[in-house]
Amino acid sequence: MRRILKRHEVVADEWRLLGEDASDADPIIIPVAELRKDTEAWLTRARSGTGRLGVSLAPTECLESLADMLPHLELVAVEFPNVGDGRGFSYGRLLRDRLRFKGELRAVGGGVKQDKIFLLARVGFQSFELPPGENAAEALAALKRYDVVYQPGAPVDGIRRQRFFA
Amino acid sequence: MYQYDELDQAFVDQRVAEFRDQTRRFLNGELSEDEFKAVRLRNGLYIQRHAPMLRIAVPYGLLASSQLRMLAAVARDFDRGYGHFTTRQNMQLNWPKLETVPDILERLATVQMHSIQTSGNCIRNVTSDHLAGIAKDEVDDPRPYCEIIRQWSTHHPEFTYLPRKFKICVTASPEDRAASLTHDIGLHLKHDEQGRVGFEVFVGGGLGRQPIIGQSIREFLPLPDLLAYLEAILRVYNRQGRRDNIHKARIKVLVKSLGVERFREQVEAEWQAAREFAPKLEAAEVDRVRAHFDPPAYETLQNIDAAAGREPEFQAWYRYNTREHKVPGYRAVFVNLKRHGENPGDMTSEQMDAVADLADRVSFGMIRVCHNQNLLLGDVRQDDLFPVWQVLRALGLAMPNIGTLTDLIACPGLDFCSLANAGTLTVAKQIQQRFSDLDYLYDLGDIEIKMSGCMNACGHHHVGHIGILGVDKHGEEWYQITLGGSVNGGYTALGEVIGPSVPQSEVASTVERIVEVYRSERLDGEQFIDTIRRVGIKPFKEHAYATYPEAA
Repeated sequence: MRRILKRHEVVADEWRLLGEDASDADPIIIPVAELRKDTEAWLTRARSGTGRLGVSLAPTECLESLADMLPHLELVAVEFPNVGDGRGFSYGRLLRDRLRFKGELRAVGGGVKQDKIFLLARVGFQSFELPPGENAAEALAALKRYDVVYQPGAPVDGIRRQRFFA
Repeated sequence: MYQYDELDQAFVDQRVAEFRDQTRRFLNGELSEDEFKAVRLRNGLYIQRHAPMLRIAVPYGLLASSQLRMLAAVARDFDRGYGHFTTRQNMQLNWPKLETVPDILERLATVQMHSIQTSGNCIRNVTSDHLAGIAKDEVDDPRPYCEIIRQWSTHHPEFTYLPRKFKICVTASPEDRAASLTHDIGLHLKHDEQGRVGFEVFVGGGLGRQPIIGQSIREFLPLPDLLAYLEAILRVYNRQGRRDNIHKARIKVLVKSLGVERFREQVEAEWQAAREFAPKLEAAEVDRVRAHFDPPAYETLQNIDAAAGREPEFQAWYRYNTREHKVPGYRAVFVNLKRHGENPGDMTSEQMDAVADLADRVSFGMIRVCHNQNLLLGDVRQDDLFPVWQVLRALGLAMPNIGTLTDLIACPGLDFCSLANAGTLTVAKQIQQRFSDLDYLYDLGDIEIKMSGCMNACGHHHVGHIGILGVDKHGEEWYQITLGGSVNGGYTALGEVIGPSVPQSEVASTVERIVEVYRSERLDGEQFIDTIRRVGIKPFKEHAYATYPEAA
């Protein structure tokens, strides 16, 4: 069972991934390539309200080509494949601040570690899929490691002061 | 200089607490080597050949006397009683114990110091001119903008996991004393016709395996857009910089592969598209920071001829180790860390304490760290120069060789660094011994030797007038020599390899033969680098190997 850190708690994932057992009513996350391949069918499913739709986005994939489809998506899962790959930080910022994505921004992959969670939240991620072995209580506490920041960004609970504003 | 407010202090304290927790988790086995590496590097901690190495940030080279005393104290209490000052104005401890690093950082935080982002693939310590604020040829003081960039780049949510390290340098004088064009971003402070402050923006400079000189992508960037434009450059790089090959991951490779024009277009487009959410630099914030850099309380004085009638040793020191100051009656004084027989840039705790005391007495309690691995007392009254010289001489910090061939730059090399192929410190000593005659050194004029123990080029060998690069040859330490590199005088150029590498025992002799060519070829009053530019490297090449033909 995937563990999702979200709004001050760790919960079991309600979303299914493409290929997992799922009913038509289950919310489902599909790769961007799958959405491109079968756009009409997936968007029809999303519009009909039978099941909520999310996509997963690898750092090698083009974010901008997703722009038109964003209004139909309830979740975008951005992949952080390892500890060092930081491309997803720019995706988070652009999805939130430029493309104005209003759904759930989720960070997934082996690189989603407690030591990065504060920064991930600051670029707009609201939920975090914890890799196996990651300590959930410590990951929650990591969101409160800092209460001062210098840059504009997404609000994180507990931040009392910021220096540069957008 | 800049003083932390409550926000800055709280941030640094929270960072220390975080790193203490991370170190604890690593020592308990809860954090893997890989995960700990990512966080320890971003706190300046390397695991080196003999021990960890901790690189402490000295933002744009500016130190208060209390901070220099703290560096002395941590070197004494946690290391072997000395530190090493680097070309990027930081200080390294070579022997700290890993488990004590959180304590070192806690001590540093009490004097507004840290080691944040001094290594790792993130935005590094911002550097500047060691004569900032006191140079006559300066457009304006670059340090307030360095400080603003320091704050903005600290723990940046989007740009802390970049493809590779990222270095920014700000200068404000035509005589580029901080090697700005060898940085990922070089900012040249200037004013436009209306007198507004702004910057010419250079990108893609860097040394290492693929040395490239930075190229201009914007002639004038108005100050209020500074952070927004930096973010645009970094976003283009963060998204497109290569992550598959560490040797091709610097921004210079991206600029080269896109072409500077296409890179520029992308940055400009990103800048425009991000205007709404990019940080704005408010005038009030600029004024707040600028006020920290108001000039100290100079007295109204006349220039005097401080060297007149003094002994020749003092006159030589005055000529080589002091510099002109924009305020009459004052001079800038080098604290020389290039005494023959010592490792370039090394300083003992006792020397640091004594220089801190001296700075309190004669230079408004401030010290600067220079790109050339010396320290500087920026604001010394000319009538204090003689007693200052006496103090520095007693400390072994007054060798009158600044700007000469033995004021050489060297990375720590094989003796300390796990990346190095060859030693630098032995070669430095051999060169110092060979050129120990000061009159001979003075006759040679300004010659910059820069030496690196491997192609990562921490010793900036590509841009030395004489560059020396250590290479490993079947397990032996050999050295490749380049000529004609330069970063000074508004002229940045990469040196050219003169031929096959030479064994360690031959480096000093080869350098000697090279300068002999200069002595026979130079025109009246012509400096070494100018002779090379005029006659080319061919005559040097021919003579350098004259008595060593078997070098291969």
